[in-house]
Amino acid sequence: MSEQALSNISRINPEDLLEEIVRSYPTKVARKRRNHMLVRNPDEPQQIQANVRTVPGIITQRGCCYAGCKGVVIGPIVDMVHIVHGPIGCSYYSWMTRRNLGKAREDGQNYLQYCFSTDMQEENIIFGGEKKLMAAVEEAYEIFHPKAVSIHATCPVGLIGDDIQHVAKMMSEKLGIDIIAFNCEGYRGVSQSAGHHIANNGLFEKVVGKDDIEEEGFTVNCLGEYNIGGDAWEIERVLERCGIKVMSTFSGNGSYDEMRRAHMASLNLVQCHRSINYMAEMMETAYGIPWIKVNFIGVKAMSKSLRKIAQFFDDPALTERVEKVIAEEEERALKGIEPHRERLDGKTAFLFVGGSRAHHYQDLFRDLGMKTVVAGYEFGHRDDYEGRQVLPNLKLDADSKNIPEIEVRPDPERYRPRKSPEVLEELKRKGLIDNYEGMIPDMEKGSIVVDDISHFELERLIETLKPDIVCSGIKDKYVIQKMGVPSKQLHSYDYSGPYAGYEGAVNFAREIDMLVNSPAWSMITAPWEKTPLLKAVPNKV
Amino acid sequence: MLDLTPKEITKRKALRINPAKTCQPIGAMYASLGIHGCLPHSHGSQGCCAYHRSHLTRHYKEPIMAATSSFTEGAAVFGGGANLRQALKTMFTVYDPEVVAVHTTCLSETIGDDLPSLIKKAAEDGIIPKGKTVIHTNTPSFVGSHVTGFSNMTRSMVRYFSRENGETRELINIIPGYVEPSDMREIKRLSAEMGIKSVVFPDTSDVLDAPQRGRLELYPKGGVTTKELRDTGEAAATLALGGFASEDAAIELERKCGVSYELLDLPIGISATDRFIQAAIDITGKEPPASITDDRGRVVDIMTDMLQYLYGRKVALFGDPDHLISMTEFVKDLGMKPVHVITGTPGKKFERRIKALLKDTVPDVNVRSAADLFLMHQWIKNSPVDLLIGNVYGKYIARAEDIPFVRFGFPILDRIGHSYFPTVGYAGAMRLLEKMVGAILDRKDRDDPDEHFELVM
Repeated sequence: MSEQALSNISRINPEDLLEEIVRSYPTKVARKRRNHMLVRNPDEPQQIQANVRTVPGIITQRGCCYAGCKGVVIGPIVDMVHIVHGPIGCSYYSWMTRRNLGKAREDGQNYLQYCFSTDMQEENIIFGGEKKLMAAVEEAYEIFHPKAVSIHATCPVGLIGDDIQHVAKMMSEKLGIDIIAFNCEGYRGVSQSAGHHIANNGLFEKVVGKDDIEEEGFTVNCLGEYNIGGDAWEIERVLERCGIKVMSTFSGNGSYDEMRRAHMASLNLVQCHRSINYMAEMMETAYGIPWIKVNFIGVKAMSKSLRKIAQFFDDPALTERVEKVIAEEEERALKGIEPHRERLDGKTAFLFVGGSRAHHYQDLFRDLGMKTVVAGYEFGHRDDYEGRQVLPNLKLDADSKNIPEIEVRPDPERYRPRKSPEVLEELKRKGLIDNYEGMIPDMEKGSIVVDDISHFELERLIETLKPDIVCSGIKDKYVIQKMGVPSKQLHSYDYSGPYAGYEGAVNFAREIDMLVNSPAWSMITAPWEKTPLLKAVPNKV
Repeated sequence: MLDLTPKEITKRKALRINPAKTCQPIGAMYASLGIHGCLPHSHGSQGCCAYHRSHLTRHYKEPIMAATSSFTEGAAVFGGGANLRQALKTMFTVYDPEVVAVHTTCLSETIGDDLPSLIKKAAEDGIIPKGKTVIHTNTPSFVGSHVTGFSNMTRSMVRYFSRENGETRELINIIPGYVEPSDMREIKRLSAEMGIKSVVFPDTSDVLDAPQRGRLELYPKGGVTTKELRDTGEAAATLALGGFASEDAAIELERKCGVSYELLDLPIGISATDRFIQAAIDITGKEPPASITDDRGRVVDIMTDMLQYLYGRKVALFGDPDHLISMTEFVKDLGMKPVHVITGTPGKKFERRIKALLKDTVPDVNVRSAADLFLMHQWIKNSPVDLLIGNVYGKYIARAEDIPFVRFGFPILDRIGHSYFPTVGYAGAMRLLEKMVGAILDRKDRDDPDEHFELVM
C-alpha cells in the first residue's frame, strides 16, 4: 500500500490536484479556498491564508470560541469550578470529552468529572440571566466551597447583554474567592482560536502573578500542554529525571494554586504555540520569563527540546544530566519502536489537526520512517505555518479585532530578567528563545499544506493520494475509515496515550502499526466478491 | 470518583450539575439523518455543529455529516441570512443533497432569524436547485431538551412533506421516537412480519449502522425517502411511539392530513411491546405470526427462569422520558423496585406517569423531571440501589457507589452494540434482560467468597 501511496504522490502533480479540487466549488469559494492551500517549495517564500472565516456550508472541522476557551484552555484546570452561563448544550458537550486528564492535589479538589451550567431557559433569555448566574455561583459556593470559579459566556449571553464581568466582580467580593469571567461567546472570532486568546488574557490578568512562592533550581512552566491521555505526566517524568522542575502546566492537569505561582519560574516551555503564545509573550513582558518553543512529540524531537532547555540554563551539571537521560531514554524508546518501524517504514500520513499537532507529529512520523505528505491546521494562524517573523506584518481583520488585546507592562515588583540583556540578545539571535519557525519550513518539497480543510477536500485528497493513515479528529475518524483508510484521532488519541515523550512515542508506534497493519482492512471485500461468479457450480446445490 | 458530591441535599434553583439532558439541536440533527439523502444544517455558530457531530459520532462510531452557517460577530449582529444563503449555495454545489434540513440554535433564535422567509427567498433566487427541498425546524436550546429537538424536526417532516389527496392507502405511519437505528430496524421488521405496510420516520437504520465497504457513502442507502414522507398523509393511521418524541408529529399529521393517530409508549419491555403489537392488530386487523408470539414467550421464559436474581432489587433509572416510562414499567414487571427515576427533560406529565405506574409497588418513588445526575447521585447516597440503569454518564455514579450498571439510552459513548441490537420489541426485552441479569450476576461473582462462588447460576 505504501509503495502505491508514494507512487500516487509522485505521479500526480500536486498543483494540478489542488486546482482540480477547488474547481468543484462555486467560483468565489474556489478562489478563497485556493489561498488556503499550497504545495511546499523550499526555494521560494510561501504564504498561506489562515485564521479567516470558514465558508458557510462547506463542512468544516472547526468549532467555536467557547470551545477554545472553556473546552481547551480553562476546562482542564482541575481545582476550579467552571460554570457555563447559557443553555445546557455547551456545558454538556465539553464535559469529559476532551481527555484532559487530571488529579486532585493534596486539597482533594478535582472538578473534572463535574459539569456546571446555568441551564438558561426562555425566561432568562427574555428577561436576562444575570440573577440566575449570581444564584448559580452562590449555590456552587455553598455546596463545594471552591477556591476559585470561572464563568464562561455562550452565544446568547453576549446578545442579551448579561454583564458576566460585573457578576464575577460582585460575587467575588461577596464570597471572598476569585471569580473569573470569560466573554467567549461562540460567535467571536472565526474558530476555537479566539477562545484561546480570551482564556489566556483572563488567566494572565486574574491568576498568574498572585502568589510569590520561590522555588529553587531549574524551574519551568509547561505552556500549551493539555495532558491528553497523560502526556503532561510523561513530560514531567522526563524533566524531573533531568532535574528540571515543572512549576505549573497550562493547562492539562492544571492547578489554580500552581498557576498563581507560574511567574516565579525561570523559563516557559511552549508546546502548543497557537493556544498559549499569548501567555508566553505576556509573562515575558511582565515578569521577564523568556520562552522556548519545544516539541515533546517524537523521540528525536523530545531530545532536541531537552537540549534546548539545557542550552538555556547553561549549567554543565544539568547539561550532563540531560545528556545521560537522553542517552538512556532514547535507547529504550528506539528499541521499543524498532519492530513497528520495520512495518511502517516508507508509509505515508496526512495530518489535519489543531494549531500545533499537525506540525509536532511530523517529527514522530519521521521517527517511524513515515512521511507526512499532506498537513494542515484546523485553527492555526499564519505564524503557526510560516513562522513568527510574519507577525509584524499581519493585518488584523474585523474578526480578530473583536478579541481584546490587553496592554502588558513590566510588573514594578515582580519583573526579573532571567539572563543578562547580552545573553538574552544572543539567545534570541540564535533563535533559541521567543522563536517559532512554523510548520511549513519543516515540510518536504512537493508536500501539500491545506488550512481549515473541508470534508470535500479531505475526501478528494484521500481518494487521489491514498495515504496509509490519516490523523484527524472524531468527526473525521469514521468518514476516513469508511473509505478503507485507517484514521488516528489526534485530539483524543483514540482514548489511549500518552504519546508525548519517550514512552509516548513507543505507544504511538505500536498503535499506528496496529491501525495500519490490522488484518481487518483486508476483509473489506467479501470472498464471493473477489471471485468471478462464473466459477460457481450450480449443480452442487 | 465524584468525591466532592455531598450526601446532604441542598435545594438548587439556578445551578445545573451533571445534566441528564442536552440541547435541542442535536436531536434535530439526529432526526434529519433519518431522511434519505439529507444533509442536516446547523444555523448558528460553528461550535454547535462541531459539538453535535462529535457527540453523535462518539455514540454511533459512524460518519455524521452536517454543515453549519458559521456565524461570526457580524452575523450575530445583523442576522444570519447571508450566511444561510452562502451555506445553501455551497452545500448544493459541492455535496448535492436531496434535502437540506436546517435547524436553529440558541444564537439564531435569540437574533430571531426568520427561517421560512429566508428559505422562501433562497428558493425564489434560484439558490435551491429545482427538485431539491430545504426544510427547517426551530430548536431553541433554551427550551426543552434534545428530545424536544428530535420531536420538532420530526414534526417538520410532516409540515414540509406530508400530502393528502383524498385517498386512504393501506399504510400505517410509525413514528419510532428518539431510538437507535437498531430499534427502527426492529420496528420495521415487526411490522413486516405482521404483513403491515408502514412508513417509519425518521429512520436512521442503514444510515448510522452502515457497513464497512471501503467507500464512503455521503448519503447511505437508508433513511425515509421524500416520497414515503409525502405518502404519510394518505396513511390509514399513525402509531406515535412516545409522547415526548413522537406525538407532536402525529398531531400535526392529523391536523394537516386527517390521519388519526394512536399514542403508545415506546415498545420497550414486555408490556409496552404487547400494547404495540395489540395496537397494530387492532388498527390493521392483521394477526401476528407465531414467530412474534414465540419471541414473546421467550421473554416470559427468561423472566420466570431468572426472577430470583431480579425480584425485589432496587433500581435507579435516568435518561429520556419516553425510554424511562417503558423501562420503569419493564423493571416493575420483573418484580424489581424502581426507587429513583429522573429525566433531564422538563415535563410534569412524566412524573405523573411514573407515579401512576408505581402507585401499587413503589408508592414513595423518587421521581423528577428537569432534574440532573448530581441529584440522582445524592438520592442514591441517601437510599442505595442494587442496579443503576442509564446512559454512559451513569458509569461515574456506578463506580463511585460501586453499583452494577446497565447502559441504556442516549448517549452511550464507551461501548458498542446499541446501533446493532435493539432494545425495542421482544428481541429488545431479551437483550435488556441479558444485560440486567449479567450485571447482577457479574457482581455476585465478584463479591462471593470462594466457597460460595457458583458454577451453576
